[in-house]
Amino acid sequence: MRPATRERVPQVCGELVANRRVGAYHQLTFVAAEVAALARPGQFVALAVGGDTSATLLRRCFSIHKVSPGETNGDTVEIVVAAKGPGTAWLTDLRTPAEVSIIGPLGRGFPLPTEPVPCVLVGGGYGSAPLFWLAEVLRERGCHVELVLGAATRDQLFGVGQARRAADGVTVTTDDGSMGTKGWVSLVLPDVIRRSRADVVYGCGPMSMLRAVTEIAATEGAVAQVAVEESMACGIGVCMTCVMPVTGRDGVTRMARSCVEGPVFRGDRIRWEAFDDGRCQVPGDAYGAQAMVGH
Amino acid sequence: MSPVIDMSVDLAGMRLPNPLMTASGCAANGRELSRFFDIAELGAFVTKTVLAQPRSGRGTPRMAETPSGMLNSIGLQGPGITEFTLRDLVWLKSAGARVLVSIAGNTAGEFADVAAVLRESPAFDAVVGVEVNISCPNVANRGLVFACDPLSSAKVIALVRETLPRGIPVFAKLSPDVTDIAEIAGACETAGADGLTMINTLLAMVIDTDLLRPQVGGVTGGLSGPAIRPVAVRAIWQVRAAMIEGRIPVVPIIGVGGVRTGDDALQLVAAGASAIQVGTATFNDPAAPLRVNRELTAALQEKGFARFTDAVGIAHPRPDQQ
Repeated sequence: MRPATRERVPQVCGELVANRRVGAYHQLTFVAAEVAALARPGQFVALAVGGDTSATLLRRCFSIHKVSPGETNGDTVEIVVAAKGPGTAWLTDLRTPAEVSIIGPLGRGFPLPTEPVPCVLVGGGYGSAPLFWLAEVLRERGCHVELVLGAATRDQLFGVGQARRAADGVTVTTDDGSMGTKGWVSLVLPDVIRRSRADVVYGCGPMSMLRAVTEIAATEGAVAQVAVEESMACGIGVCMTCVMPVTGRDGVTRMARSCVEGPVFRGDRIRWEAFDDGRCQVPGDAYGAQAMVGH
Repeated sequence: MSPVIDMSVDLAGMRLPNPLMTASGCAANGRELSRFFDIAELGAFVTKTVLAQPRSGRGTPRMAETPSGMLNSIGLQGPGITEFTLRDLVWLKSAGARVLVSIAGNTAGEFADVAAVLRESPAFDAVVGVEVNISCPNVANRGLVFACDPLSSAKVIALVRETLPRGIPVFAKLSPDVTDIAEIAGACETAGADGLTMINTLLAMVIDTDLLRPQVGGVTGGLSGPAIRPVAVRAIWQVRAAMIEGRIPVVPIIGVGGVRTGDDALQLVAAGASAIQVGTATFNDPAAPLRVNRELTAALQEKGFARFTDAVGIAHPRPDQQ
């Protein structure tokens, strides 16, 4: 469980070339050729917010929505931002032209199947952002791809339009029934997996959804690969804040950094029972947990 | 072209080409930052505090962002000294880093045990010094860290000092959360500390107003970042003043706390720091320690200094001005 690579990670000044409102979110496009050249689906970028003298020191991390060939200035990287706090609001308020420091691509992306097996991709809210690119890559490999998109309301869904182009089948759920099936993605997922005979289920969204995706995939005999969401201070593996209990191939649970060892983990390796009420406890059998007793 | 300035320093026998270092706990153990810059270019690489046993650290959330800073409650997650010496230290040596190893223990005896394992390790020749973390706020007794009591501090430092070879300087890392930091500094010096590192994080707390409960799982945490820089400047100033006044022996001070730019570093240097660690700013800019070195060099050059060491403590009144 070591960082996959020691190669240099680009740290670039990204030029904002588009900032579009999409439902409840903003889709930001940056010229960042070095980042685009290396990125794979499921990886993320860390953006500095507030300018050079900002009192908001910590970078904000976003999964990469897509990379595209640039028209004149160089290849672009796109992210989807929900303005939840002052850092993200600073980003969504940006107007072109603007420059933002970008580090990436970071983390381990979605592992791809070696055979052209059927796959289901599940996105909660704007957690769906990296899945369309993933769908394209999977279909290029001959995989049948089903997308399941869920959100609280129609406004909070992301990418329903592009889903129809990116996937062989699309299923939509909303908590309030304002679009698609009324209910959570877990309501429709078993049927989609069965119907498509999927071997792999990819998920990105809130932790509670990823847990449900993992459990349903296990029941249906599929492997779950989930991109987790844990707050990060650095995104590059040095601060140790974004950890969660993950069981390795050796059967030992460690507090793994989601930024360098993730953000994509096999769902059945995450110790979901440790998560409760917005907190995550260290399981008693985790590596090094004994030394914390009395602490 | 401006004249070349001599940035080298000698910290109690620890000779470094420049005074910039990472800060313990803000740089992991080297591999991660080596993806951004050559860690051999640092004056020294300061490792994450290591104890005797592997530690999982605390549960999450471990972090809360604060104005110009952050609160952390990691709980000293780490591999334990044996794995550290066999993997991390060996790797740091292969990367050409000069390593300042940060150690801690739950008891004074554990500090010495950790130092003993380090001393016998295969890559010990990469170690240029040992920083004794007697001031991490994320331990069981919270505010009652070793560094809050002169006697407890002295006991730890004496045991570590006698465990390590003479050629390896020992730095005591102090907490600003004390009534008289010069008294603690003096106790550490008397016990054998060759230098001081100031300051560790401040014990602090954030409440999540949506959930109406402490934001980090560990309830309290350590506050770091530019917000605490004036506290670092004050602490370094007070200890340096005590040295100038002859109240405590003169030893080198490694300044740390809220440094983000060369100008920030110059404040700590002028207050009395002979070296500078960059911590939380690394989260914003991974190559910040090297950038700060460039900016500090340029600032000193512009002010006409020939040597970095000439600027150390320069803000204090000089004898001819009194």
